Amino acid sequence: MLRWGMVIDLDKCFACQSCTAACRMENNTPVAGKDQADMGRAILWNEVLPFVEGEYPNVHTTILPRPCMHCDEPSCVKVCPVQATFMNEEGTVLVNYDRCIGCRMCTVACPYAVRYFNWYAPEWPDALKEHLNPDPEVAPRPKGVVEKCTFCVQRLRKAREEAEAEGRTFNATDYTPACVETCTGRARYFGDLNDPNSLVSKLSHSPRAFRMFEELGTHPKVYYLKQG
Amino acid sequence: MEPKNQHTQTILAPIRKVSKGDYLLWGALTALLLSGLVAWIWQYIEGLGITGMNRPVYWGVYITNFVFFIGLAHSGTFISAILRIAGQSWRAPLTRAAEAITLFSLPFGAGSIIIDMGRPERLLNLVFYGRYQSPILWDVTAVSLYLLSSVVFFYLSLLPDIAMCRDRLTNVPHWQHRMYEILALGWNHDSEQYHRLEKVLDGMAVFMTMLVVTVHTVVSWLFGMTVQPGWHTALIGPFFLLGAILSGTAAVVIVLALLRKAYRLEKVLHNGLFNSLRKLLITFVLGWLYMMIAEYLTIGYSNMTEEMVVLTDKFSGTYATMFWSMTVFVFVIPLLIFIFKGKNSVGWMVFASVLINIGMWMERYIVIIPTEISPRMLHVMGQGSYLPALPEILITIACFAGLILLYAVFTRFFPIIPIWETAEELPGHAHSTKTSPAPSSASSD
Ligand code: SF4
Ligand code: SF4
Repeated sequence: MLRWGMVIDLDKCFACQSCTAACRMENNTPVAGKDQADMGRAILWNEVLPFVEGEYPNVHTTILPRPCMHCDEPSCVKVCPVQATFMNEEGTVLVNYDRCIGCRMCTVACPYAVRYFNWYAPEWPDALKEHLNPDPEVAPRPKGVVEKCTFCVQRLRKAREEAEAEGRTFNATDYTPACVETCTGRARYFGDLNDPNSLVSKLSHSPRAFRMFEELGTHPKVYYLKQG
Repeated sequence: MEPKNQHTQTILAPIRKVSKGDYLLWGALTALLLSGLVAWIWQYIEGLGITGMNRPVYWGVYITNFVFFIGLAHSGTFISAILRIAGQSWRAPLTRAAEAITLFSLPFGAGSIIIDMGRPERLLNLVFYGRYQSPILWDVTAVSLYLLSSVVFFYLSLLPDIAMCRDRLTNVPHWQHRMYEILALGWNHDSEQYHRLEKVLDGMAVFMTMLVVTVHTVVSWLFGMTVQPGWHTALIGPFFLLGAILSGTAAVVIVLALLRKAYRLEKVLHNGLFNSLRKLLITFVLGWLYMMIAEYLTIGYSNMTEEMVVLTDKFSGTYATMFWSMTVFVFVIPLLIFIFKGKNSVGWMVFASVLINIGMWMERYIVIIPTEISPRMLHVMGQGSYLPALPEILITIACFAGLILLYAVFTRFFPIIPIWETAEELPGHAHSTKTSPAPSSASSD
């Protein structure tokens, strides 16, 4: 069984935000506008956050790209009253937008704050509207539901369809989320964590590897490689 | 034969006339209720964006109201069920007044959850796809069960009095009399009927007591089951429950004082009742203090990083003013009043009770918001902020107005003091509120 996971090398990330932009174009997240963004309502499935430790003059800044952690024991799935948020057979945590009742229990339960709520109906400036990703799986979400990073599941579907059309068996390396494909510093790796020979699985066992808030028992499938 | 009660006339008096003042009050409350409804429709059309909520403060005053109203509802069940089991017969005159608070605040508690939903039209998904792993479903189950059994409990204990309205109030409008006839279900004050009624009420009291503990604990688990700092504590259940009973009992004091003033019920709702409630309130206020100390000392002493962020925010940060005024409102002033001024003084009792309820609303708010403001990702996301916006304020006011409206209308159509439970003599068996050792005497024969 496949188990998709990601490794992010913090040594290689230089905070260019390409992943954030690629994610927006791939997944049709709406444009919030300055006022809404100031209120903390921008929807960014992927963010690159500065993690500042210490005080001047002894400051140490880590840059932290942050997708959904796709936890193996997700806090969000547990609390959803209608199973609108669920984990598929390959370990990816998804949201069923047609079923979500907008109670936001999952958003308060996720310790990584990666879930976003549609406060209004989504909007885009006209110029951007023409370039929305036409894939029906990323059709704009209606107001009142929760959304978040999906590891670009639509790309997985496409990769499988392509393999089938070409008459070959699907290989785990055929599938890459938009952020991984774009990453300028090649800091992101993606693949099957259950395959002991895959790059991600090897990197996840590196002595530099760590996961965020490991003590919470959520078992994220996104690993970071320590800076330094 | 009707139950003999020397106060029957006094108790039924408010039902005979609906005054101009009543219409004015009802009109004003309806207007407030409607403005809340308009705000909700506006919110439904536009989206929850018109509220002050944001990321990371995904829950705001709607959830605060939910917790508060469910807490207020505990008044009735406490007085009529728990004190019934404990054999506290002094409670008889105020049972219905307290139960009515339960009955009329529950809809606004449950309603607050629906108002808070991004997609209220999908409410039935909870039935079609409901998953018991989620605390929300525990809440939905517990609260609907509570609402249902409160209605039954309330209605059953109202039966004999409706029958009395039917027999005595012959000059009320025709529809009103018809209503009594239908609702009385042919009750004819048979002694056998009274025996059965007491038996059923005793049985239900046990069930309601278990339910009341469950309901508010489950409400708190909405927060306690997450791993968020400030919420994830085993004490949150008992703490919520105690707070609920405290604010509920304080609400009873307010309601009783208003009723006896408005409907001249001083003889029935005598000072002794307030003195008994005063003792209860002293106990609860002290219990609340105990919980506060147990909770915050444990967190503060162990000094865990994330927990301390939330704690400091309450003690000396963004929410310090609110936190300390809450402590003064719920604990300091009321306790001083109860001990030094409250005896035989309804005015002081009401003042303290109002403070307690304002304080308890703040307490709910302070449990919910500071944890959200400082999520675990705080150091990377920065601190959040939250201020309720106009629609949230309108809807909150509307909830309170609705509760008062239901209450005011009810008291003009039904006796708010249970005539049969306060009667000197009941058909079939001598039953005196003054001498009866335990109200459960009926079930022992
Ligand atoms: S990071 Fe949050 S949203 Fe993603 S799987 Fe884990 S708990 Fe769920
Ligand atoms: S907001 Fe939607 S996905 Fe999240 S818990 Fe509620 S119903 Fe489930």
